Amino acid sequence: MNKLKMLRPTIAMAALFISLQGFAAGGGAELESADIDPDNISSLQRGARNFMNYCSGCHSAQYVRFNTIGKYLELSEEQLVDNLMFNAEKTFETIQASMPSDDAARWYGTAPPDMSLMARAKGADYIYNFLKGFHLDADSPTGVDNIVLVGTSMPHVLWELQGYQKTIYSEHVETREDGSTTTTHEFVGFEHVTTGSMEAEEFDDFVRDTVNFLAYISEPIRSERRKLGVWVLMYLIVFWVIAVMLKKQIWKDVK
Amino acid sequence: MARIEAEVGKPQGGLMKWIDDRFPFTETMKYHVTEYYAAKSFNWWYIFGVLAMVVLVIQLVTGVFLTMNYKPSADEAFASVEYIMRDVEWGWLIRYMHSTGASFFFIVVYLHMFRAMLYGSYKKPRELIWIIGMLIFFVLMAEGFAGYLLPWGQMSYWGAQVIISLFGAIPGIGDALVEFIRGDYSISDITLNRFFALHVIVLPLSLIGLIFVHIVALHHVGSNNPDGIEIKEHKGPDGIPLDGVPFHPHHTTKDLVGIIVFLMLFTGVVFFAPEMGGMFLEHSNFEPANMTATPEHIAPVWYYTPYYAILRAVPSKLWGFILFAIAVVLPLFLPWLDRARVKSIRYRGWMYKTALTTFVISFVALGYLGLQAATDAYVMAARFFAVLYFMFFLLMPYYTSIDKTKPVPDRVKYHE
Repeated sequence: MNKLKMLRPTIAMAALFISLQGFAAGGGAELESADIDPDNISSLQRGARNFMNYCSGCHSAQYVRFNTIGKYLELSEEQLVDNLMFNAEKTFETIQASMPSDDAARWYGTAPPDMSLMARAKGADYIYNFLKGFHLDADSPTGVDNIVLVGTSMPHVLWELQGYQKTIYSEHVETREDGSTTTTHEFVGFEHVTTGSMEAEEFDDFVRDTVNFLAYISEPIRSERRKLGVWVLMYLIVFWVIAVMLKKQIWKDVK
Repeated sequence: MARIEAEVGKPQGGLMKWIDDRFPFTETMKYHVTEYYAAKSFNWWYIFGVLAMVVLVIQLVTGVFLTMNYKPSADEAFASVEYIMRDVEWGWLIRYMHSTGASFFFIVVYLHMFRAMLYGSYKKPRELIWIIGMLIFFVLMAEGFAGYLLPWGQMSYWGAQVIISLFGAIPGIGDALVEFIRGDYSISDITLNRFFALHVIVLPLSLIGLIFVHIVALHHVGSNNPDGIEIKEHKGPDGIPLDGVPFHPHHTTKDLVGIIVFLMLFTGVVFFAPEMGGMFLEHSNFEPANMTATPEHIAPVWYYTPYYAILRAVPSKLWGFILFAIAVVLPLFLPWLDRARVKSIRYRGWMYKTALTTFVISFVALGYLGLQAATDAYVMAARFFAVLYFMFFLLMPYYTSIDKTKPVPDRVKYHE
């Protein structure tokens, strides 16, 4: 049988996939890559510590159990209790925010969202840029706004670490033929107003670890499914060889 | 002991005969499996029928297991899906198989339908097979739509909101109809409950029934082949078509090879890219449904977007809905729109080949455009491709009757 012809529908399917992937890639604002490493267990451990210390006061991760985290992050029950479980008794409990959601909604205007799936909904890069993107804004009730999510009601929780920064805009003046001008401002970066306890790179790593942890809890099974997938594919390849031999045997007399 | 046996009658000819006297088991197996002859010249386009069956089984089995832990309630649905993903043993695998299966169902069915268009499988005497197949497609669209609401994410909610509100465009009864479908003034717990009932009982049961009839009709007239020749017209002295080989073991073993290749692609997605970059599982569906926050960009899942692009291309809501409906239903009439004397593309002239190519391009382009935000340029492009889509069908009686066809051989072409 003509091998190329045989492959044609497969190629059609493959082409469909590639084009589908292509569709999905387009669009979205320009975000700096979070550059997280999901296999780096110590980064995830630091991220878990960061999350419990700085985020879990307001943000729950209501689908995430401590023992699930402990297993993947190689933490003993004792380590979990001592380092991560501030308001939980048993390791099977899920991560609940310390602040009651109703109060938070009243104080901030909107309840702090649950973090279980935030990385899957928004992407790791988005959260990374968001956490680094707070800047001073005198008009905002919290004193800050965010470059990624303009008008956010979240205060700059990490100000002690990062310090406060302001936005820098470059000015473009366009002169038309009739002499009138239009001025446009383009965001070029941040400038520190006060310095925090961390150097810029140190802070980036802090945020990166935190985002890595958020990405992990958004799909704790990710690493296991990829490992298992390799075995499944290997099994299918062996099965395929046997099936091809069987087919050839059955069809050998067909002329 | 001996006396009783004599009275009751010891099975003569074994268990098989005992069954066959009461149920046509052997006869049915012969008719549908071991002595159902299909052309030996099938190429790999003929794999998608059996693949659709494979996906159906995957969906039915994983669906049953999902039902065991899913809660069809607006308060609990989203959390129950995450419970399945995180806490139920192997729940994540079952769920990813089901969500991936939905997209693969449409990939396979679209390619299966395209095969019929390549080789004229809808033409006499297979018109009814095609019509039943189109009904299966309609039910499948409804099934996918109902199922997409169940995770109760943002896109579940707002996608359903947009599509259901389309029925509001129908004059007179529109608003009442929308309320009837939702069962409420907005999409709510009540809507979720009825969509669950439709998704797990009514629609799958209809699918199974229609697929059964689809196969009964197919086995009655016999399968078409890449040459579009009736193999029953050339039988040997034993009454067996000369160009046919039995479904089992010949086609079954060949299908198995294709099924495994399919499973490699399927498991590739399940294990390595279950979101498929937001195509199979949309990003905003990882946020729970929130009726007070409309997502920036609402797009249906990819398998509906060709039709959705047509809908959006029309400025009037009513006409958009009408053209959308026509676009979905139009292929049903292919057996009568196509006037060519030959079935297979192998013996058709340049006109049909050009038309079919144009159709494929316009369908894929519409699918792409339906995923994008409706900017002016995209809407204009969608109008262009929508016109091509409709022209393929509406001009078909004309171009297929004047298209110069090649002579069809008596026997199928088969090269080992």
